[in-house]
Amino acid sequence: MVMSYREALNQAMREEMRRDSRIFLIGEEVGYYQGAFKVSKGFVEEFGPQRVVDTPITEAGFTGLAIGAAMAGLHPIVELMTMNFGILALDQIVNNAAKIRYMSGGQLSVPLVIRGPGSAAHQLGAQHSQSLEAWFCHVPGLKVIAPATPHDAKGLLKSAIRDQNPVIFIEAQLLYGTKGDVGDGEYTIPIGVAEVKRVGHHATIIAHSKMLLLALEAADQLSQEGIEVEVIDPRTLKPLDIPTIVTSVKKTGRLVIVEEGWHFCGLGAQIAESVYAAAFDYLDAPIQRVTGVDVPMPYSRPLEDAAIPDKARVIKAVKALCAAQ
Amino acid sequence: MPSMDRDDLLFLYRQMLLIRRFEEKSAEMYALAKIAGFLHLYIGEEAIAVGATAALRPDDYAISAYRDHGHCLARGSNPGQVMAELFGKATGLCQGKGGSMHLVDAPHRFMGGYAIVGGHIPLATGLAFAAKYQKLDLVTVCFFGEGALPSGQAHEALNLAALWKLPVIFVCENNRYGMGTPAERAIALYTDVAGTARSYGIVAERVDGMDVLAVRDAMRTVVEQARAGQGPFFIEAMTYRFMGHSMSDPAHGHYRTKEEVEEHRKRDPLLLLKQTILINNLGNEADFIQLEQEVGEVVTTAVRFADESPFPLPSALHTDVMREV
Repeated sequence: MVMSYREALNQAMREEMRRDSRIFLIGEEVGYYQGAFKVSKGFVEEFGPQRVVDTPITEAGFTGLAIGAAMAGLHPIVELMTMNFGILALDQIVNNAAKIRYMSGGQLSVPLVIRGPGSAAHQLGAQHSQSLEAWFCHVPGLKVIAPATPHDAKGLLKSAIRDQNPVIFIEAQLLYGTKGDVGDGEYTIPIGVAEVKRVGHHATIIAHSKMLLLALEAADQLSQEGIEVEVIDPRTLKPLDIPTIVTSVKKTGRLVIVEEGWHFCGLGAQIAESVYAAAFDYLDAPIQRVTGVDVPMPYSRPLEDAAIPDKARVIKAVKALCAAQ
Repeated sequence: MPSMDRDDLLFLYRQMLLIRRFEEKSAEMYALAKIAGFLHLYIGEEAIAVGATAALRPDDYAISAYRDHGHCLARGSNPGQVMAELFGKATGLCQGKGGSMHLVDAPHRFMGGYAIVGGHIPLATGLAFAAKYQKLDLVTVCFFGEGALPSGQAHEALNLAALWKLPVIFVCENNRYGMGTPAERAIALYTDVAGTARSYGIVAERVDGMDVLAVRDAMRTVVEQARAGQGPFFIEAMTYRFMGHSMSDPAHGHYRTKEEVEEHRKRDPLLLLKQTILINNLGNEADFIQLEQEVGEVVTTAVRFADESPFPLPSALHTDVMREV
């Protein structure tokens, strides 16, 4: 069934909330406004304001509240209006959600999903355009998911909600309206499993969230020039499915890692290290990274475009690899 | 009319004495390097944890900051397991993974000590939110020092608790110093800290935090009201820490004079309760000698247990990061 990424998220939460009354949605404008991006459309009507909780603008407060509620046996879904606002809740996420199980010697757990859009949309300026995946991935005790397609979004959000640990679930404003085929009926997608989105043999591209769409476009164009690229979407960034990536690299011998986040200490640096460790002898050329530029996001459109990976840069990176012997 | 039952009063005395002797012994063990890291003693403030806990049911929640030994012991935790945790032993409450500042005893509904000042206050609202959501008549007591009150998270939590009428009782342990900074240099409303809570519409009162009966009776009133859905409440318990902020600063001579400390020691909570018991002929010196012996044995046994316990196995490093199903 074809539906939008937004509808897929809506369905995932709706199905899970119907299944389990411990699950509730909390965040700014999630109830009567139906979500800043309309992800929770129809929720307050179906589940009532007790389970679809509108909050004041108080990220640390309501994220901390959700963590406390999770410690007491509930399964909260926290919607951050954007992941940028999660910075205000980082103390709660990093110092409490991620550590409470460990610090308590396993006595307490925090089954919690924190979800919302990350990455740039168009000209939202420096404070609303960040890709903070790497920050969250750095912290032991968190799982991090960033799906690209409606099918993956639904299946992974359902798994995230059923998980017994804190999960950061990163969406993208520019993905909400994209459409795709979504599996019929009840299904989940396991956390920590990558998917080969396109089969090829000349080079491998790894890309997640909306960068996957970019990678697939680049692969289409390269195919017309006779270069067949394998495209892998990790889908879950932590725990990362290294074996699937390594298997592909052993086949192609060339790897490009695309991410919208900043270059320095980015996710790609970690993936590259893992691949070098596992498949160094299989590589025909050094791994290439295509990343966001290490600057605060500019407002002006040409500057913004220059700061974000585009198809031309991905194609250039693949061709540079394929030219190397 | 405050309850003046002999058994009740001797029990309160015993609990305060247990905390006092336990912590004196902890300081000795710190000097012997059996305990490391930060160690913040509660000596002088025992009446608050003991008085507040006396007003709770066993299934109510309590949560605290990093000066947490007293709250944990007052809730009924096994002193041997608490001491073993301070020693970093596998038999500790948290298997040695928490330490002095992060005691957790879930079966006794002690939901933890937290060491980012102000960061646990939103968690308390979450515990209370969960109770309300689950339609359970549980209350949550949140202990914190006056030094936490200027933090943003404290204000966010007070606002949410008041907005949603959560069954939480904020117990501000006003010991007059946030580390070395006196309240008058840190809190705008330092003469009326409870007034900060009143500004959110929370019923707040100041009690004598050295008088365990005053704390207990004030708490009994608000616990009953909070349980009936009339929360939240705020209690400012005026107290004084007889020791330094942690083991790294002296009791006096740095930011407090010896005279000031001596003056407050005249109102030692143990002394005050003992006088009340003697004046009202509810006990005699023999009772106190017996309690000293009993508590002394408990503490000695706790230290022996901690000392003889094994350190965690190396494999424990990796357990409890995530909950598996």
